[in-house]
Amino acid sequence: MSLRTPLAQVRGLGAAGEGVHHWWAQRVTAVALVPLAAWFLVSLLTLPALDYATVSAWLHGIWSATLMVLFVACAAWHSRLGVQVVIEDYVHDCGLKATALVLSVFVHVVVALAGVFAVLRVAFGSG
Amino acid sequence: MRERPLSPHMSVYRMTRYSLLTSIGNRATGLLLSIGLLMLVCWLAALAGGARVYAKVLAAFAAPAYKLVYAALLAAFAYHLIAGIRHLIWDTGHGLERAQSQRSAHLVIAAAAVLAAACIWWALAPHGAAP
Repeated sequence: MSLRTPLAQVRGLGAAGEGVHHWWAQRVTAVALVPLAAWFLVSLLTLPALDYATVSAWLHGIWSATLMVLFVACAAWHSRLGVQVVIEDYVHDCGLKATALVLSVFVHVVVALAGVFAVLRVAFGSG
Repeated sequence: MRERPLSPHMSVYRMTRYSLLTSIGNRATGLLLSIGLLMLVCWLAALAGGARVYAKVLAAFAAPAYKLVYAALLAAFAYHLIAGIRHLIWDTGHGLERAQSQRSAHLVIAAAAVLAAACIWWALAPHGAAP
């Protein structure tokens, strides 16, 4: 006999009320990151030089700017989910755990926004 | 209060079982790549800051000591990619038998080593364009 209500069983969201959302988001971002990370690495290594003119000209392209925004966003999201699990598993003190979790979210949001803003600024810039 | 029974914990697993090591390795390399993401965003922010700021940051990132960091990041990327694909295959319900996961653990370590060596050679050998 289950102690869960029939409605809760049908919804399948579990005790935390989020269901498989975390698990699924981690998988989807992982799948997206395979081509995105490969693209980033190959693009970076095939640039003739890494000076300002070359790199900013490269990021001016519509494709490179779009893929770079996607790469930073997916990587930050995937990292946020992964770091969360590591904190949950290895930080045992309750207060410290909550603090670390919130801090991790803040840092990841800042990293994602700063990265996306930087790419857009270069892409829309005149240089 | 009476001692309560506990479920099996870390100490019952043999560390020589590569499956356990490969799983922990995936977490460790993931954390390393999070630091890599931080560096990537610093680089992008420098680029957005203009030519003068970028030149300064690039010069700092080109310091010889950073070669070790890039090598570690590339190795972490190679490992996390290969081990991550193994996790995705596990998610479909395949390869979960003990003998299979032992075999795939060896495969992951070998494939990641080859990919890491290739990436490091391409990026950091003198012919490369990387900093």
